[in-house]
Amino acid sequence: MDGSSSVARRLWLSRRLLLGVVVVLLVSVLVFLATQVLPGDPARAVLGHDATPERVAALRTELGLDRPILDQYFAWLGGVLSGDPGRSLVTQEQVSTLIGDRAVNSAVLVLVAAAIVVPLSVFVGAWAGRRRDRPVDRVVLVVTLGLTALPEFIIALLLVILFSTSVFPVLPGTVLLAPGQSPLSNAEQLVLPVVALVLGVLPYLARLVRGSVIDVYESEYVRTARLKGVPERVVLRRHVLRNALVPAIQGTSLALAYLTGGIVVIEQVFNYPGLGSALVDAVNNRDVPVIQLICLIFAACYVVFNLIGDVLTVYVTPRLRTAGR
Amino acid sequence: MNTTLLRRSLREPRMRIGLVLTGLILLVIVVGPLIAPHAHSDIVGAPYAPSSATALLGTDYLGEDVLSRVLAGGQSIVWISFVGTLVGVTAGAVIGMTAAYSGGVMDELLMRAMDVLRAFPPLVLILLLMAMAGADTALMPLIVAIAWLPQVARVAYGAAREVVSREFVESAETLGAPRLRIVRREILPNVMTPLMVEFGLRLTWSIGVVTAMSFLGVGLQPPAADWGLMIKENYQGLALQPWGVVVPVLCVALFTFGTNLITEGFARTVARVSPQEGHS
Amino acid sequence: MTAVTVSGLRIDLDGRGVDVVDCVDFTIRAGEVLGLVGESGSGKTTVGLALLGDARRGARIVGGCVLIDGQDIVGLGPDELTSLRGSTVAYVPQDPSMALNPALRLGTQLHELFEFHQREVPAGQRDERIRTTLREVGLDSDDAFLDRFPHQLSGGQQQRITLALAFVLRPRVIVLDEPTTGLDVTTQALVLRTIRELCAAHQVAALYVTHDMAVVADLADRILVMYAGRVVESGAITQIFDKPVHPYTRALLAAVPVVSQRRELVAIPGDTPSPGRRPTGCAFHPRCSEAVPECATAVLEPIEVGDGHSVRCIRAEPLAAGPARATARTAAPREDIGDDVLLRVSRLDAFHGKKQILHDVSLDLASRECLALVGESGCGKTTLARSIIGLHHKHSGGILFRDNEMAIRARDRPLAMRRAVQYIFQSPYNSLNPRRTIGETLREPLKVLFSMPTAKATAAISETLERVSLAPSMASSYPNQLSGGERQRVAIARALVCRPEVLICDEITSALDVSVQASIVRLLRRLQDEEGLALLFVTHNLALVRTVADRVIAMREGRLVETGRVDDVLDRPRDPFTQKLIAATPEFRAASAPVPSREDHS
Repeated sequence: MDGSSSVARRLWLSRRLLLGVVVVLLVSVLVFLATQVLPGDPARAVLGHDATPERVAALRTELGLDRPILDQYFAWLGGVLSGDPGRSLVTQEQVSTLIGDRAVNSAVLVLVAAAIVVPLSVFVGAWAGRRRDRPVDRVVLVVTLGLTALPEFIIALLLVILFSTSVFPVLPGTVLLAPGQSPLSNAEQLVLPVVALVLGVLPYLARLVRGSVIDVYESEYVRTARLKGVPERVVLRRHVLRNALVPAIQGTSLALAYLTGGIVVIEQVFNYPGLGSALVDAVNNRDVPVIQLICLIFAACYVVFNLIGDVLTVYVTPRLRTAGR
Repeated sequence: MNTTLLRRSLREPRMRIGLVLTGLILLVIVVGPLIAPHAHSDIVGAPYAPSSATALLGTDYLGEDVLSRVLAGGQSIVWISFVGTLVGVTAGAVIGMTAAYSGGVMDELLMRAMDVLRAFPPLVLILLLMAMAGADTALMPLIVAIAWLPQVARVAYGAAREVVSREFVESAETLGAPRLRIVRREILPNVMTPLMVEFGLRLTWSIGVVTAMSFLGVGLQPPAADWGLMIKENYQGLALQPWGVVVPVLCVALFTFGTNLITEGFARTVARVSPQEGHS
Repeated sequence: MTAVTVSGLRIDLDGRGVDVVDCVDFTIRAGEVLGLVGESGSGKTTVGLALLGDARRGARIVGGCVLIDGQDIVGLGPDELTSLRGSTVAYVPQDPSMALNPALRLGTQLHELFEFHQREVPAGQRDERIRTTLREVGLDSDDAFLDRFPHQLSGGQQQRITLALAFVLRPRVIVLDEPTTGLDVTTQALVLRTIRELCAAHQVAALYVTHDMAVVADLADRILVMYAGRVVESGAITQIFDKPVHPYTRALLAAVPVVSQRRELVAIPGDTPSPGRRPTGCAFHPRCSEAVPECATAVLEPIEVGDGHSVRCIRAEPLAAGPARATARTAAPREDIGDDVLLRVSRLDAFHGKKQILHDVSLDLASRECLALVGESGCGKTTLARSIIGLHHKHSGGILFRDNEMAIRARDRPLAMRRAVQYIFQSPYNSLNPRRTIGETLREPLKVLFSMPTAKATAAISETLERVSLAPSMASSYPNQLSGGERQRVAIARALVCRPEVLICDEITSALDVSVQASIVRLLRRLQDEEGLALLFVTHNLALVRTVADRVIAMREGRLVETGRVDDVLDRPRDPFTQKLIAATPEFRAASAPVPSREDHS
């Protein structure tokens, strides 16, 4: 609005950004320390059990494992920031090339699911909230109740069982992608994974929107609007949705973070070549550099989604937007 | 103090259906091993054999009896998720209430630490911790507990924050009552209901997560009989012999369905009986 | 010309056959302000909303008719009601901070009315009318102001916006639902004047719903008094205040404190019954001092006792013929104040964050004295009280009890000091733990401060409950089973079990109805006489100060502006701020006339 508040807003934004960076840094420390505790010697893991002690020692030096832990951390962090997070202990590939394609694949999966689930949830939630306690609302409540109960990988497995094996074998249950091939090139393969993710997030987000729509409908200012003679459809559009949006934005940023977590197991079910299945493989193979980087990426996504959610919330809330006057 | 609430919630149909479903699954889990026709690791036929008189639900990827393995395969899920949830919710509640009541530096320190943990999606945190622990079944409850810690702490913090600012807490403060006494007598009874709902939610999710851990290969290891592990082992043969996957999936689904209905029934009773947490 | 005619109005709780209000009849002429007075649970707001064809969730208009300009609005469809609301009948809500949409600019909220009601008015004219109305309600009318959001306004400005919203389309009827409840008296006085001027200027028929007798005395032409869903008395302002007939109206008037004289308040025994629990016959009879056996069974019809003055009471005629007993007798100032200083605050500065709340505040409290601390919201009076009890920690300066320094935090103070000074909080709904019985709540101080064994504590609790006029059996109840007045008595009992010497009362009657307030004030007075308590009485209500206090300190923006004996300060205020405060406090006219007291007739 005026000068002082825009300065205050910029100050808030930079503080919020800084806080995000600090969280990511702390996460990196945590990830690094966690992987240090991993049982077994990475050098021996690379070379196998019959390697000579000399070769193991040589590799340890090469990997920097004999240096103080603080040095190792900064070397690793520097590597990550400069785009060189090291090599996979298993395949000896550059971690960045190993992960690059898979990160894109996962991002496609998450974004497609988000593009469907966010508008759908807002629509379903607002509809149910508006018709509170009517049949529509009850149906929505029961369906979402059923869906929240089911872990998303159980939903995914049920989808596979229903639609790609025995009952209605109409859709592919596994995703086959050549390296470098875009997952969008074969959209049919994406259907079930996306549906599984959507069904995992929809009940949470739709219920949240419903709740906040109901809260706003109960508010004194909606009452005032009605007593002012504002027609019901305008009450919904102008008075309710605008205010109900605020908790929905926070919810969406959480839901997106939740989606990124959800892909871990969904990708495994559909054999989808993304970050999640890469993480599972890396954990099972104790491939430390890969574990480190993927965990860091997940945490960074969470921080970014949160940041976007906060900024949007401030943007749509006049009381926060004009703070400082 | 919450007994009235529990008794009232028994009138809620959701609660009743939930109790029946959960009771049924628990019955299978407890009695199952006793009535199983085979030992869970006996080879009773060819791999992926269809259902027959010896193996009612057919055999799995090794030729073990699917039915016997289903009957034996729920125990680990129950105890790991229950203990994990209990530890996680208790610890989270302690952290959240401590932060809310102490305020100041303690509040910042505890809750910012929780923020850092929260940056990991639960399953990613679990994978990271399991990688550290190295597929040790005994550590699984602890790891599940840590995964829920930040979320529960936040819920407890929010609930306690609201209570802490109420005047009856300040009134106890003017008496100079010991801090622990204030937390125990003034704050805890008022956050107990949301914590119980939280426990129900987390228990439902824990069942899913524990199953997922075995499915992803970081939980129970062969030759253990476990629903999650069964799904993983027999998934490749889904088209040949569906029962090895379908039955454990249904068991988990019914189980989570049941616990979730119980939670929902309880939460609805709370909302109906006392919008402001009353008794009448 | 009659703008509103309500007859036989009945509103039920959905599907339960329980009425919230019934048999409500009244008319309002254009340009007239009708005051609708009642305590909580009387159904006054329900009646107000019925004028807009609205009922709260769970309630429904089931009988009677509401004629607005000759058109019955009961039974109108949703679309017809929508076009009626805002244009023909407008509503001014109680709490403007909740009633204005936080996401919409003021301009949008004003322009919206034309969009749905007077589409034909061209844009330029709309703008002009909005700006005119804003000026009429005493607000800026420039673009910058219209671009603001509600949160950027003060409470008084927000309430003016709701007035502008109501008046801008020049409705025939306006329903005002306690619009000044949250405002300071000086702001309230200005808003009331605006309302009066606008209603007169635009010939609007207004229904002013309130619990505050004094406010309508200044504003209304006629008054309806409601009790338990019925209109018990209606008449012109002079009739109601000078010659009230219904025992409830009389009792209500006797319970209201006034600034101009030290009255002995008379409480109404018992509580207002809620819908579904109302007694048969006259719902007031169990609490009525004039009740006869027939009252429990009588079918009540309004009885005309004067021109336009009707009363719903079977004893209306004998009561009307007898002398009016509206107001209570005046009380003598108390004499037995000690001359030793119990509590001393010297040169106190207090802060919230970096902001200084109190500036160099000093006061003394003598034993057996009642010292009132009065000021508008935000003046720092509560911060001062909280600093004394040890709940507000950011301050410097001295707080002494019997010449001993009190530690900043309550928990660092010696046992004797924690017993001797007790605090009673404003809201009885917040100050009792909802999860614990009254007995458990009262046992807590006995355990913490006296380490008293349980059996002895139980005896002490019973005795204390009796001292605050509650049944000892109440110890096993939970707070939500108690009325507001009962809860506040429990809060007082919690202080009393500690055998205190000083009670700090922070606005302890502001959440209560006047009749309950009167009983709490009487209780405090009795305790003071019996136990020799010293009281620090924090309030915003000057009338209450006159009744309860011996000395008064007026505060403004964190500073003491005037100190002295109550009668001196209130009769001859020297500080301009105190003068303004007293002038702004509404008061009803009858109070100044000497009236016979109870004793003269018995």
